[in-house]
Amino acid sequence: MSSGNAGHYNKFTTTKMSLFDKITASFRHLGKYNLASSGRYERLWRFTIIITTLTTFVPLLFMIVVNYYQDQKSYNTDIHYRINQILDNTKRTLEFIIEERQSVLTMIVRDKSYEELRRGDCLAATLRNLKNSFGGFVDLGLIDSEGNQTSYTGPYELQGKNYRDQSWFHEVSLRGVYVSEVFMGYRKFPHFVITVKADKSDGDFYVLRATIDMELINRQIFALDLEEDTDVFIINREGILQTASKFRGSVLEHSGIKIPPRTMGKIYISESESRGKSETYGYTDIKGSPFYGYACTKLENPIKHWAVRRSELLWILGVTMAVIFIFIVYRSTYMVNRLRASDERHAKALHNMEYTNKMATIGRMAASVAHEINNPLAIINEKAGLLKDIVTHTEEFPRKDKSYTLLTAIENSVERCSNVTHRLLGFSRRMDVHKELIDLEILMKEVVGFLGKEAEHKNIEIAYNFDKTAPAIESDRGQLQQVFLNIINNSIAAIKDNGRIEITVQPETNQTVAVCIKDSGSGISPENLKHIFEPFFSTKGQFGTGLGLSITKEIVEKIGGNIQVESELGKGTNFTIFLPAAGASGS
Amino acid sequence: MDKIRVLLVDDEGELVTTMAERLEYRDIVADSAISGVEALNKVRANPYDVIIIDLKMPGMSGAEVIRTIKKEYPDLPLFLMTGHGFSLDGEEIPPGIVDYLPKPIKIDVLVEKIQGVLKKRTKDHKI
Repeated sequence: MSSGNAGHYNKFTTTKMSLFDKITASFRHLGKYNLASSGRYERLWRFTIIITTLTTFVPLLFMIVVNYYQDQKSYNTDIHYRINQILDNTKRTLEFIIEERQSVLTMIVRDKSYEELRRGDCLAATLRNLKNSFGGFVDLGLIDSEGNQTSYTGPYELQGKNYRDQSWFHEVSLRGVYVSEVFMGYRKFPHFVITVKADKSDGDFYVLRATIDMELINRQIFALDLEEDTDVFIINREGILQTASKFRGSVLEHSGIKIPPRTMGKIYISESESRGKSETYGYTDIKGSPFYGYACTKLENPIKHWAVRRSELLWILGVTMAVIFIFIVYRSTYMVNRLRASDERHAKALHNMEYTNKMATIGRMAASVAHEINNPLAIINEKAGLLKDIVTHTEEFPRKDKSYTLLTAIENSVERCSNVTHRLLGFSRRMDVHKELIDLEILMKEVVGFLGKEAEHKNIEIAYNFDKTAPAIESDRGQLQQVFLNIINNSIAAIKDNGRIEITVQPETNQTVAVCIKDSGSGISPENLKHIFEPFFSTKGQFGTGLGLSITKEIVEKIGGNIQVESELGKGTNFTIFLPAAGASGS
Repeated sequence: MDKIRVLLVDDEGELVTTMAERLEYRDIVADSAISGVEALNKVRANPYDVIIIDLKMPGMSGAEVIRTIKKEYPDLPLFLMTGHGFSLDGEEIPPGIVDYLPKPIKIDVLVEKIQGVLKKRTKDHKI
């Protein structure tokens, strides 16, 4: 096909589509088929989408849920481990600190006699040594069995104070060693005391009492280098804070924690949930003291972390699933459309074959009938002709004029009959493509002649307009006849009564002939106009196969042409068929 | 000038005899044959100017007769009569056919065509 022609044909055959157009078109295409009759495809479409979606999403979701819980589990394990580590460290350190100080005090009372210690300078020297060697010691006091502080060294004026009625004094006198809870005492800063009981040589006893700065313990906790969300502190059994807590108050305030009895040196770790926040906590007793180490991680950060991750995950998941779903819908639509198109092609091919077979059968029958009639018709023609010759050549033939008229009438009737048989033969010929030079005027008049009676009944005027400069075309006579027959038949069907069909043949380019068949019929709505060349589309209801125009288009394209239609409701329809001229490239 | 001699060949005897009679009215000597064999015999026995023959005949077919005549008398013009309408689509057109005439044939058209082909031939011969 030449470039000039190509451009011309493109105008009618291809429109450029963007990918988006194609996608939306395919959806629209599906939408178009959302008819009851296409329920099978719609079901298949839905089924494909559901199955694909399920098989895609179920494992995905399952994996995500499992992953989520595993992640959370490992996170919890991680936290438990951290708490355990902190408590273990705290426990060991504090136990060591307390035991160490207790031991040194025991050593002092064994090493020195009551009398020696009672000397102020000796006690002061001892405190100095303790401060230098161990740290944390604030003061030392020596208390006799009556509870009188007989000697004291330290920053306060506590000499002569009596402790007889204080519970710790009873405790130490009974048990020999006593570690107190934290208290403010006279000095208004948190401290605790370690007291050891020693026997005097006279059988009486005395008590060495050392005050330990709580700062020593605080430093140990501080040294743990805790994260912001982790709180480690010391409480007593009643839950009174022995060191300051980040979240539960300062020293000697109630922490709100109740330590269950019997901890037996073990570390207990558990989770609690309060006000929507979960907390991992653990506690353990500090051997040889009334202290309990307590550590907790308010899972504030982790919760936030999880919340962020969860919403992030949900977003990603949502977007991914949406994308997958769109893809699934697109693929399913595409596949079902393909399937449907293939089914339709198949059905169309089948119909086409049936149609062609039917036409071929009818054609063969018509041909043999026409042929069989032509022979006797020829005899009648010759007999009548001979009789006419005799009448003409006999001078005195009786009723010569009358006979002549009668014979002419017979000849005319024979001619009418032969017109019919010849037309039948013309139509029945040859179903396979056989190209020959065609005079469109003769061909068109043959076709119209075939449909003439129907047009006459409806009082339809058929006007011809043949441009003699139109190039000759080379094509298949039978196929072209079928094309024009289909279109003119439609035109006649579109006209109710008293209409007009205009047939124009004119050159379009020097390589194309345009055959225009214009009727004044009812026209086609723009909605239907889009579909008229689709197979099985019919506006004639049960009277049409919906194949006429689709086959017409197919034939036109097969013989290298193109068909175009314009229509306006109530005004009429205009079919234009572009045919390649004889010798045109691509024809 | 001698009269034109024509041989009409068709298995429909009624047709060819009637046509022959009609041609006689138009100053053409017409002979008829109703089979291929008869036609060949007559062609060999008589000098015809034109042969008009149907394709479909029982026994020896028209096409065979045409081939034989063309072999023996290559210059003899042959017209084809046919009951198959205007064209010969779907049927083998034997070579050497001058023209074909769809049945029923209009006698005046036939005469015109015979005269036409003979006139052309004499013209060619003169050249």
